[in-house]
Amino acid sequence: MSYKEKGYIEPEELENLGLLPPRERLEKGPVVIAECPEEIPCNICVHVCPFKAIKMDKIYEIPRIDWGKCIGCGVCVPQCPGQALFVVDLSKPSQALITLPYEFLPRPEKGMRVILLNRRGEHVGEGVIVKAWQHDRTWAVTVSVPKDKWLEVRAVWIPEK
Amino acid sequence: MPDYRIYEHPILDFRRGRRVKFYYRDKVIEAYEGESILAALYAVGYRVFNRSPKLGLPRGAYCMIGKCSSCLSIVDGVPNTRICIEPVREGIHVEPQEGLADIRMARKQENVETVKVETDLLVVGGGPAGLKAALVAAEHGADVVLVNDHYVLGGQLVKQTHKFFGSRDYFGGTRGFRIAEILSKKIKEYNNIHVYTNGFAYGYFKDGVVGVAVHGEHPLNLLVKAKTIIAALGAAEKGLDFEGNYLPGVMGAGGAQTLMNQYGVRPGDRAVVVGSGNVGLIIAYQLLQAGVKVEALAEILPRIGGWFVHAAKIRRLGVKILTRHSIVRAAGLERVEKAVLQAYDEHFRPIPGTEKELDVDLVLISIGLQPDTKFFAQAGAVMKWVPEAGGLVPIRTWGQETSVENLFVAGDASGIEEATTAFIEGEIAALSALLKLGLGSKEVEERRGKLIDFLWNEYRMAPVVRRAREGKLKVTVSEEEMKKIRVGEYP
Ligand SMILES: Cc1cc2nc3c(=O)[nH]c(=O)nc-3n(C[C@H](O)[C@H](O)[C@H](O)COP(=O)(O)OP(=O)(O)OC[C@H]3O[C@@H](n4cnc5c(N)ncnc54)[C@H](O)[C@@H]3O)c2cc1C
Ligand code: SF4
Ligand code: SF4
Ligand code: FES
Repeated sequence: MSYKEKGYIEPEELENLGLLPPRERLEKGPVVIAECPEEIPCNICVHVCPFKAIKMDKIYEIPRIDWGKCIGCGVCVPQCPGQALFVVDLSKPSQALITLPYEFLPRPEKGMRVILLNRRGEHVGEGVIVKAWQHDRTWAVTVSVPKDKWLEVRAVWIPEK
Repeated sequence: MPDYRIYEHPILDFRRGRRVKFYYRDKVIEAYEGESILAALYAVGYRVFNRSPKLGLPRGAYCMIGKCSSCLSIVDGVPNTRICIEPVREGIHVEPQEGLADIRMARKQENVETVKVETDLLVVGGGPAGLKAALVAAEHGADVVLVNDHYVLGGQLVKQTHKFFGSRDYFGGTRGFRIAEILSKKIKEYNNIHVYTNGFAYGYFKDGVVGVAVHGEHPLNLLVKAKTIIAALGAAEKGLDFEGNYLPGVMGAGGAQTLMNQYGVRPGDRAVVVGSGNVGLIIAYQLLQAGVKVEALAEILPRIGGWFVHAAKIRRLGVKILTRHSIVRAAGLERVEKAVLQAYDEHFRPIPGTEKELDVDLVLISIGLQPDTKFFAQAGAVMKWVPEAGGLVPIRTWGQETSVENLFVAGDASGIEEATTAFIEGEIAALSALLKLGLGSKEVEERRGKLIDFLWNEYRMAPVVRRAREGKLKVTVSEEEMKKIRVGEYP
């Protein structure tokens, strides 16, 4: 079954579409992954990246990241209407950092413990928010997660107090 | 009294207006200025607003945009009032209608004043297509009258909280309700745009005259004689046939979206969404933001209909998307208390023994939209049934003109797409009208050519929208072909 039947994409599908950065790049520092595999008429990311790291000729092509140009700043993360952009940083020894979009209550704050969710909405562990900022009320939340979960975690849930 | 109003929301601030009191069946209801009567009643727990004429079955809120007649009520003695698009006012008396109204009750409307106005361009409908059309025409010096049956301008944009896709030139990246605010504000800056909200265009008459019933405190029968008309009436959500589909709680997904995002009223506690097009997927996400649990989203086809990114957003929050599933039954006494889903085989036959009972109070239907084209049909425009466009739509030229000369169509009324194409079609229609009015320069002609090229040869070439493109191709003809159609030679 493809992502169009399930509503989530498998890492192998991302790999086959050439959407995953090479391991060496990931280990060097933060870089964006665009989980936007379908040709839809959208080019917001191309315009918002201050480093011109996202390429697209026709408005409906899938975004291609220049992994050399992307510095993983996360500016694009809360601006993507599809919430399909995630910054991953594997440069730290023990934990991976993931920056992902979040539009729910309660509001995220540095230091909060959160539930980590995979692409199917399953709980896959707990993480800690290391940074949170917002753009037009969409949060970009950076969470530290167990290092082996970098390709799994794609959402967080903050339990109500 | 229960309180379904939302006070904290991750995206929206509900800045409620002044408090007003009105009467519902002699009960005093407290509401906020700006709410529709139905939203105010829903907020305090009412769910049944009318009864069917024959069987007396309960009727709840369904479309919330004045298209379905589920909410017809008597407001200050005026029957057949759609309370979903009628604003609350201090001291009004509202009664449920319980079936058909007695025409003798309508006496209040007998001495409504008739006002005649003339204009270069009449725009019917203040959604993205209509607002853009009015602005473009006014910028070029045309005198414009804009009528909108809802009391708020913006059409469906006012309830769209997601950031727009599409081109940055057409508000890509901005949330829909903000776009509505920006455009409505701009409209007010032009003193050559005359706006009548709460004004329903009821008919097209000889010599380009359109009748508009303006409701509210000062009702008017407005007769607009227009040299050109752009009708951008939008669409209505399609209904679905299943046992118990009449029960309050079965609602258009857009109806629930209107309640929660426009009025800040939580439509229920637990929902099932039927249909996985973009509207269903987006609304499932927005339900979660409003604190409604989404038990499942059912799709009868083997594939998700809408865009993958929208599906991924709800899937990663744990919403189940059940492909090859649909609803077979809603049950409850006077409102939905349960829904039963069932699996379907490849021939769309239900598979026995696969029923799943869900404990829900909302069944939200999002199986597609249907263009609102009554106005064109009544005006005598040549129409065609095009499934890819959502149903019956008027045939039009590349410049959006229908077979009724000087009557243009734009937006969802021309065939279902989305807001970005509604903006573009609205602009094309306005540029065509300007050329007809003799207000168009070479620059207008060039701009129109460029837009038509971008729309057809780039934007609509995206694989996910190509079906809509095919549909619209079937009803778009050249000026020469249109001339033939006008004299009765159909291709
Ligand atoms: C309830 C609903 C929810 C939707 N939600 C989404 C969403 O979340 N995301 C998305 O991408 N798309 C959504 N859509 C699709 C949406 O239709 C388009 O994105 C877009 O709004 C179409 O623009 P439009 O200008 O053609 O029509 P509309 O935005 O529908 O505007 C039409 C306007 O015409 C007015 N009108 C209608 N008939 C008359 C008359 N006889 N006289 C006077 N005025 C009249 C109406 O009051 C309305 O203001 C939704 C559609 C509906 C119906
Ligand atoms: S993370 Fe920063 S540099 Fe990389 S694509 Fe996004 S905006 Fe551009
Ligand atoms: S902004 Fe997001 S949805 Fe749009 S093309 Fe870029 S990644 Fe895809
Ligand atoms: S007309 Fe009011 S709910 Fe549909």
